[in-house]
Amino acid sequence: MTAQTLYDKLWSSHVVREEEDGTALLYIDRHLVHEVTSPQAFEGLKLANRALWRKDSIVSTADHNTPTDHWDEGIKDPISRQQVETLDANIKAFGALAYFPFKDHGQGIVHVMGPEQGATLPGMTVVCGDSHTSTHGAFGALAHGIGTSEVEHVMATQCLVAKKSKNMLVRVDGKLADGITAKDVALAIIGEIGTAGGTGYAIEFGGEVIRGLSMEGRMTLCNMAIEAGARSGMVAVDDKTIDYVKGRPFAPKAEQWDAAVAYWNTLHSDDGAAFDKVVELDGAAITPQVTWGTSPEMVVSVSDRVPDPEAQADPVKREGMKRALAYMGLEANTPIEQIPVDIVFIGSCTNSRIEDLREAAAVVRGRQKAASVKQVLVVPGSGLVKAEAEREGLDKIFVAAGFEWREPGCSMCLAMNADRLLPGERCASTSNRNFEGRQGQGGRTHLVSPAMAAAAAIAGHFVDVRHF
Amino acid sequence: MKAFTTLNGLVCPLDRANVDTDAIIPKQFLKSIKRSGFGPNLFDEWRYLDHGEPGMDNSKRPINPDFVLNFPRFQGAEVLLARENFGCGSSREHAPWALEDQGFRAVIAPSFADIFFNNCYKNGLLPIVLPAEVVDQLFRETEATEGYQLSIDLAAQTVTTPSGQSFGFDITAHRKHCLLNGLDEIGLTLAHADEIKAFEEKRRATQPWLFA
Ligand code: SF4
Repeated sequence: MTAQTLYDKLWSSHVVREEEDGTALLYIDRHLVHEVTSPQAFEGLKLANRALWRKDSIVSTADHNTPTDHWDEGIKDPISRQQVETLDANIKAFGALAYFPFKDHGQGIVHVMGPEQGATLPGMTVVCGDSHTSTHGAFGALAHGIGTSEVEHVMATQCLVAKKSKNMLVRVDGKLADGITAKDVALAIIGEIGTAGGTGYAIEFGGEVIRGLSMEGRMTLCNMAIEAGARSGMVAVDDKTIDYVKGRPFAPKAEQWDAAVAYWNTLHSDDGAAFDKVVELDGAAITPQVTWGTSPEMVVSVSDRVPDPEAQADPVKREGMKRALAYMGLEANTPIEQIPVDIVFIGSCTNSRIEDLREAAAVVRGRQKAASVKQVLVVPGSGLVKAEAEREGLDKIFVAAGFEWREPGCSMCLAMNADRLLPGERCASTSNRNFEGRQGQGGRTHLVSPAMAAAAAIAGHFVDVRHF
Repeated sequence: MKAFTTLNGLVCPLDRANVDTDAIIPKQFLKSIKRSGFGPNLFDEWRYLDHGEPGMDNSKRPINPDFVLNFPRFQGAEVLLARENFGCGSSREHAPWALEDQGFRAVIAPSFADIFFNNCYKNGLLPIVLPAEVVDQLFRETEATEGYQLSIDLAAQTVTTPSGQSFGFDITAHRKHCLLNGLDEIGLTLAHADEIKAFEEKRRATQPWLFA
């Protein structure tokens, strides 16, 4: 047999049928459902009088609209509340393998909740009406975001109409310097290939650096694959993957475990497998990354300066840079370390897991938020992450430093709830998108790692966490 | 789904690269549990001078006269001309819903983000990829000519300018068939229900842990 990539294996093992033009019906094992992209899909099923094809494939939670404080007061915004209650009602009517509603101990950001419950397993196809579904590829799964019509399609047929993407390998070799995290690796990759660099590809992340990352780090990396334009990112299965999955609520039970592991151990690219494109990065050269503009590819090292549009030859790019600088309220050539921040947000499906919080807490311990920083939000990714952080006393470290310790949810990552930037406010954020208005209309977002965000909160401006 | 066959439509040029889904339809409008009514909030933050929230009377809001969608000459446009990586960002189908609700039937750009591209087809909105030089030319012609229209013929897979210059575009046979006939994709897939069941049974036998 010819050598296959991990993506080839995942794809071919899920094809139910294929048409001449390459359009395939792809079988879906796991369907994650949240409140924002599902109501119209459930409505469609109702109108057509259709049931779920396989309700035990569905795992659901409410995350985008839920508040992160005063849970006792419920959801105050009536439109948000209606959306969350609609999900409650739909799950009740249609069924699911598991549902973690608002205020449930297991509730959390869908991409944090899935893996921690063992609802994401190697070799699965995982979909969700959310672009950051790429996160689950960290498990050697084929995971990608879908639109609401596709959500309905998967609900009704357990399949997705899809065409195979091309194969890209992003290999990061060498050794990361101290203080450099998966987030910096992700941003460095996007800086290298651009936000459209992965369009049309499924990206496999490989190399010494990726093998060295924890499962949580790999999730951070795969989470950002979509910001590089790729619907899915993935990492081959190894012992770390299997150790992480073991014992989780929806992981295979004793009698099936060995067979599952034997299969999972085949989930890697074969030697000599062909990739359509290979990108190589030197891990040792990666520095702490900070975005300066309104697209994740507008990123530099913390020790650099804000780039000058006049140095850009391409007129479309130059205009884009000028518009970004105007929106961000930045002057070309300003050293990144001289940019002050108003707000710091530590959270989102990119960086709200326990290791992220530990990383941030390690920087904060015994220090105080700068007086000039108005607010620092720490939002754990799920109820379970929150409980673990509190068990380790991380919440106390944050609170002692003047940070706010919140309830889990998407929060200021997209500002659909009450957590949002005011016009002109500048935020150091561990989330994944710095688009105009993403964290609140007129808000200015700089994407960084949790350690870098924590350090900015203490210093009042960006600082190089390696010398902090 | 609305069928798409041919279109002779006024073109509106949106001269920005990397237009993301947060710009196409800001998240506060995603709280709706309906599929329609997003048109007035398309490009909300660029289109109006105030901050938009669901439930506002959009006809009373101050509009931004510098935003191209508000120019009198582009009212009623059905073709959106855009730059590279259009629709990047989230999977929200509210983005094509808003474009469609506003009256757009086609978007032409040198490249699109994958999920957005896919979502368009599900809603009778035709995304067309043309080479960057061609898109450049169309931008120039649109700017220069008031009332500039393009003819799109899906069966022939062509975009034709007023001067008769024609450009071909690609589309998969499956998508073309669905769009031309306005087919319900779920119905099409369910015609293969037996194959799906057979596949599922095999899977259940070999990987029982996937079936709780
Ligand atoms: S945390 Fe942000 S990116 Fe992640 S699912 Fe929530 S809104 Fe989307």
